[in-house]
Amino acid sequence: MTAQAAAAMDDYNFAYLDEQTKRMIRRAILKGLAVPGYQVPFASREMPMPYGWGTGGVQVSAAVMTPDDTIKVIDQGADDTTNAVSIRKFFERTADIDVTERTSEATIIQTRHRIPEELLNEDQILVYQVPIPEPMRFIEPRETETRKMHALEEYGLMHVRLYENIAKHGAITTAYAYPVKVEDRYVMDPSPIPKFDNPKLESEAIQIFGAGREQRIYAVPPYTKVVSLDFDDYPFDPSKANHPCALCGSVTSYLDEVIVDDKGGRMFVCSDTDYCASRIRRQEQAA
Amino acid sequence: MIKVENLAKSFTLHNQGATVIPVLEDGAFEVQPSECVALTGESGAGKSTVMRILYGNYLAQNGKVEIDGLDITRAEPREILALRRETLGYVSQFLRVVPRVPTLDVVSEPLLSVGKSEEEARERACDLLSRLRIPERLWELSPTTFSGGEQQRVNIARGFAHTYPALLLDEPTASLDAQNRETVLTLIEEAKASGAAIVGIFHDLAARERIADREINVTAFTPKAAA
Amino acid sequence: MSVTPLLDVQHLTKRYGTRIGCSDVSFKLYPGEVMGVVGESGSGKSTLLNCLAGHLPPDEGRILFDTRTEGPRDTLTMSEPERRMLGRTDWAFVHQNPRDGLRMRVSAGGNVGERLMAVGARHYGNIRNAAEDWLERVEIDTDRMDDRPAQFSGGMQQRLQIARNLVSGPRLVFMDEPTGGLDVSVQARLLDLLRGLVRKMGLSAIIVTHDLAVVRLLADRLMVMKSGDVVETGLTDQVLDDPQHAYTQLLVSSVLQV
Repeated sequence: MTAQAAAAMDDYNFAYLDEQTKRMIRRAILKGLAVPGYQVPFASREMPMPYGWGTGGVQVSAAVMTPDDTIKVIDQGADDTTNAVSIRKFFERTADIDVTERTSEATIIQTRHRIPEELLNEDQILVYQVPIPEPMRFIEPRETETRKMHALEEYGLMHVRLYENIAKHGAITTAYAYPVKVEDRYVMDPSPIPKFDNPKLESEAIQIFGAGREQRIYAVPPYTKVVSLDFDDYPFDPSKANHPCALCGSVTSYLDEVIVDDKGGRMFVCSDTDYCASRIRRQEQAA
Repeated sequence: MIKVENLAKSFTLHNQGATVIPVLEDGAFEVQPSECVALTGESGAGKSTVMRILYGNYLAQNGKVEIDGLDITRAEPREILALRRETLGYVSQFLRVVPRVPTLDVVSEPLLSVGKSEEEARERACDLLSRLRIPERLWELSPTTFSGGEQQRVNIARGFAHTYPALLLDEPTASLDAQNRETVLTLIEEAKASGAAIVGIFHDLAARERIADREINVTAFTPKAAA
Repeated sequence: MSVTPLLDVQHLTKRYGTRIGCSDVSFKLYPGEVMGVVGESGSGKSTLLNCLAGHLPPDEGRILFDTRTEGPRDTLTMSEPERRMLGRTDWAFVHQNPRDGLRMRVSAGGNVGERLMAVGARHYGNIRNAAEDWLERVEIDTDRMDDRPAQFSGGMQQRLQIARNLVSGPRLVFMDEPTGGLDVSVQARLLDLLRGLVRKMGLSAIIVTHDLAVVRLLADRLMVMKSGDVVETGLTDQVLDDPQHAYTQLLVSSVLQV
């Protein structure tokens, strides 16, 4: 970052948002943590980036951030895509905090559509970018009705969605944004993470979900029970592509399919770039 | 079994200048079990009206109509329906056709609704349909498409399926051939023998003389003012 | 008779501002009874039905429903979760327009299964078997089980709505013009089906309609409404064959004889 650019950012409050806005967002976060899985409405601000780029996540990150924090931003597991790089730079410039690509070094990890492979700990906060927070939105379009259904725990519809899946395809084919029930109470959309990541929703870290366009914040506190919905005779299966990673050889991590030429050539590699790179580093050191 | 006191009936035609047409006044009679009473009187004297009041189909303006102890002029709809199900049968010439239901089911329904077994109900229905000469190949069909005579006989079979303690007969033998007429009269005699109190309208004089124990001329109930 | 009424409605009144929706309606509905509510558009019959089913809050009155576990309770003072629970277990509501009562983007089987899943059914195979059974009962080819209702004819949609409603074994069914908007031939089939189901399951039902032929076939008793008031009640055939009130006489005489 140039000195000029850093100086320009001095005109802004720490982490871009003014303190009143942060207070408002923190109150929503606290309420979200107190009522796990419940969608708390908040007055989402206009951010200097388009909706769909993580405006919800950015506001949550800005509100929980302290000058001592170290942030990592991933987009589908990768630290080096446009979205991740832009948001990382944004906080570098507006908050002047440390950034990292290492999962273990980060205190705040903002993520789009993945949970890092490496297990998180109590000192970390995972911030999700959420496009559509309402898990029942596509079956029940009325917000008035879905709010009532949450309030009264009327969740039959969620199973209708899974039923339709099995009826049509012979199996539950929902592969991402797989609905979960939090602490036996609220049904929650875990954002479009692959269902492979669902078991990791039960974590030591604080998990906060921010939907900027939809103006909702919700959260899963550490050590909270998170159960993926299923049927007795069609149990939840957090499967993934049945290959080892072509780069690091991992057989347990979530894989991206990469097309390598225009002749149908393809390879499977870890979606979590930090996980993959650190495995390769260790393999090289060992060699 | 059937006890009528002080019965009065008039029709008020609200949409024709609220004209009040008195039809019956001071109607009173009783029918004992195993007794058959024939209503007589010329056409328009009110025979059918009396029958309909007895069945709860018309509302009496005044008086009391007790059937098996229930005053149907004051009873709740569900009480009347229970009475019709268990106690009070009605056989008219016309079948109110329930679409798509097979003849056999039409006839056995009254028995099923008083809790008889499927088997018993079917057996009785088959027996009645044979006696009334409904060809067996028609039993599984809905009577909707039957001839008028066949429909009438299906209706009679239905009316006699359950042994009602009180029975209303509205020209049961009208337009039947000699054989079927004989069957129906036998059915009526059987009902009477088993203790039914019967009120009937018979234009068939021979039938009336054979079945009825006494006659009541409803002209006696014609309102004096109108007469 | 000392039977507890399933539904005991007392002095129910609903106003829309100064306009009267329905006024001082009282009646008792006993188990297994089918009551028809007739009257022209604007007579208050739909308002009454919606108040009874908990869709509209009435201004005055009580609605006592004989619950399975706690006996008669006023549905107007019970909590909303309790009322909604009744709405998907003991009560059923058949809308005039099947689109209002079905999920058009969910398959026929899913539509029927929803109520089961809503009360906790979590075995796909069992849910599917129950849905199949109900589609058969309402005469929908089970081959169509995975099709969406949008691909069904109006009559089929209506039969699907009925299956969806009855699968949870309700005790009280509210029907709002169940045969409205259907061809006459389709109506007859639907009525016959309803009649059979009501009798077989011993359902109590309240049917709102302006079609007197419908109530003649389905209803044990009638309630005639005009301008929000109940003007006449009684046994169905008695009300239709010997109407007492001027309005009922007009209603009955206005029906074309076929």
